[in-house]
Amino acid sequence: MARISLDHLAHAYKPDPQGPQDYALKEIDHVWEQGGAYALLGPSGCGKTTLLNIISGLVHPTRGRILFDDRDVTDLRTEERNIAQVFQFPVVYDTMTVRENLAFPLKNRNVPSSKIAPRVEEIARLLDLTPVLDRKASNLTADMKQKISLGRGLVRADVAAILFDEPLTVIDPHLKWQLRSTLKEIHRALDITMIYVTHDQTEALTFADKVVVMHDGAVVQTGTPEELFERPAHTFVGHFIGSPGMNILPCRLDGMTAYIGDDPVILQRTYPELASQRQVELGIRPEFVSVQRTGNGLPARLKRIDDIGRTRIARVEMAGRQLAASVPENFSLDGDEVSLIMDPHRIHIYADGHLLPGEPTTGGHQ
Amino acid sequence: MTKTLNHKAWFLVLPVFAVVAFSAVLPLMTVVNYSVQDTFGNNQFFWNGVAWFQDLLDPSTELGGRFFGALWRTLLFSAIILTIEIPLGILVALSMPREGWRVAFCLVLMALPLLIPWNVVGTIWQVFARSDIGLLGWVVNHMGIDYNYTGHSLDAWITIIVMDVWHWTSLVALLCYAGLKSIPDAYYQAARIDGASRWAVFRTIQLPKMRRVLLIAVLLRFMDSFMIYTEPFVLTGGGPGNATTFLSIDLVKLALGQFDLGKAAAMSLVYNLIILVICWIFYTVMTNVDADRERREA
Repeated sequence: MARISLDHLAHAYKPDPQGPQDYALKEIDHVWEQGGAYALLGPSGCGKTTLLNIISGLVHPTRGRILFDDRDVTDLRTEERNIAQVFQFPVVYDTMTVRENLAFPLKNRNVPSSKIAPRVEEIARLLDLTPVLDRKASNLTADMKQKISLGRGLVRADVAAILFDEPLTVIDPHLKWQLRSTLKEIHRALDITMIYVTHDQTEALTFADKVVVMHDGAVVQTGTPEELFERPAHTFVGHFIGSPGMNILPCRLDGMTAYIGDDPVILQRTYPELASQRQVELGIRPEFVSVQRTGNGLPARLKRIDDIGRTRIARVEMAGRQLAASVPENFSLDGDEVSLIMDPHRIHIYADGHLLPGEPTTGGHQ
Repeated sequence: MTKTLNHKAWFLVLPVFAVVAFSAVLPLMTVVNYSVQDTFGNNQFFWNGVAWFQDLLDPSTELGGRFFGALWRTLLFSAIILTIEIPLGILVALSMPREGWRVAFCLVLMALPLLIPWNVVGTIWQVFARSDIGLLGWVVNHMGIDYNYTGHSLDAWITIIVMDVWHWTSLVALLCYAGLKSIPDAYYQAARIDGASRWAVFRTIQLPKMRRVLLIAVLLRFMDSFMIYTEPFVLTGGGPGNATTFLSIDLVKLALGQFDLGKAAAMSLVYNLIILVICWIFYTVMTNVDADRERREA
C-alpha cells in the first residue's frame, strides 16, 4: 500500500538523448494516490508501457525518481519493489498447477508453507479459481490464465500497486466485461492501487476513477472521465476520447468571437490577443452541435447521416472542413443545405493543441 | 457417395516405388541374403540358416562377444556424449548474448566446427593430440602427465570424447538458443515480479520451453554418436587394441577387412534394428508430447 510519485521522470531508449524527439517518455510529474483506480490511455507507441515498466522496475529511467510514499525506489530492482504486473499476453508457468502458480511468488519470498496455503485458497476464491486449483495452468483458457497472472500479484499481501498492461487484448469480447468487473470488485475489496494501461477508451473510462491520457511520450491530461469528455485539455484528448471524437476547426479569434472561415461564432469567454504564428482551433463535441434544416446557424453542407445505434450522427462539411454533428429527432432531410447550431458553453478554444482558459465575460466587450 | 476411381495416381506413386526399391529395399535384401549364407570364397555360397544370428546374440561365441563388446562401447560412448553435450549446450545457449552484433559473432563462431568435414575433424585432432608434434599432446606431456592416445585406451577415449564435444556441442547450443529466443520477454518480466531466482527461471520457464528442441537435440546427438565412424576411425582406427572399436568400425572390419559377409550382414541387420527401435521410441515420445500440447491448447 503506497502512494506512487513520479518525480521529473523521463526515459530515452537511446543511450545519449539530445532533444525531446529522442525521449520515448517526456518529463512526467505525477502522483498515483493510494487506492486509486487509474487508467493510462493512449494510442500504441505513446509510451504507456514504458511508463508502466519504469514503475515496476523492469526499465530504469534515464532521468528522475520514483517514490513509493517517501521511499526512493528508483534504483531498487523489480523483485524488491512491492509491485505486481499483469501482461498483455497471459503468463503462466506451464509445468505447474494453478495452485503452484499462485503460490510461486510467496515460495520465492520464503513465506512458510503454512501461511501460503490459506492465502492461495483465499485469492482463488476471490478470483473464482477454486474449482481449477489442481489443474495444470497450461490447460486453461486465456481469461483463466489472465486471472492466474492477476492472482500471482494479489497473493502477496504487501503489494503496493497492480499494473495492468492491456490485459484484455487476448480475451474474448463477452469475457472482457466479466473480467473487467472482477477487477473492479477486487479493487473495491482490497483497496489496492491499480494502474491499467489501454488504448481502448471504453475500457479506460469504465474501469478508472482517474484517466491519464498520454500522447507522443507525454501526459496531456489527467482527469475523471467526465472532465476528459467535457473539458479536454488538448485537442488530442478531444478527438481520441468520444465516438466520434471532438470536431476541431481552425479559426481566427477576435475577443469574444471566433471566425471559422468567414462565419462568426459567439463565445462565452474572451481570449487575449495571440501571436499570429500560433495555430488557433475551435473544438466542440458532436453531441453539442446539432443540424437544423434552416435557421440562423452556421451554413453547412450535409454529406450523410450515420446511424450508430442509439443516436444518429450527421457528417457535414463546413468551410471546407469535415464535421460530425448530432441529429435532432424530428429532423427530416430536404436537400443538403443545413444550418449548424453550436452550444456556446461547450466550445473550447485551443492554441497549438492546448486548451486556452480564456477570461469569463462579465458583460460587454473588453 | 461413390468414390471416384482414378488409376492415374499409380503413375505418380510408381517412380517413388522404383526409387525406394533400388535405393533401399534391394540393397537391404542382398544384406538379408548374405546374413543367412556362408561362403568359402570363389563366390560360392552355402545356406546357413539363422546360425549367424544365433552366434551374434550369444555373448559366449567369438562373434557374439565381439558384437556385445562393440555394442557396449558404443552405448557407453553415446551415454557419455549425451551427459556432457546436452548440459554444456544448454549452458552455452544460456550464456549467449540475446541481442546486438555479438549474437551474429557467436553464431558464426559456433557454426564453424559444424561446417568442417568429419574426416578433417579426425585429422585435426589426430595431429593436435599427438604427443610428439601435436600442440595439445606435447603440452599435456610437458605438464608431466603421461598422455598417449595411441597407447592408452583411457587416453584414446578421452581424446575422442573431447573431439566430439568440440565438434557437436554447438549443435545442441544452437538448437537450445533457438528455443530460448522463442520465449516472450513477458515471461522473464513476470518471473522478476514474482521474485523468481535464476534457477527458478530456468526450471519453470526456460527448460519447459526448450523441451521440444532438447528432445530433437538428444535424438540427433544420440543417433550421430551411436553411428559414429569417421572421426574415431581417422583418430585411433579403433585402437589401441579394440578399446575404441565402436559398432560401425567393427562392422567395417568384419565386412571389408575379413570379408566375413555373412557375419557382417547379420550384424548390420541387428545394428539397423537397434537404431530403428530407438528412433521409434523417440518418435513416439515426441508425438505424444505434441498431442499432449494440442490437447492442452484445445
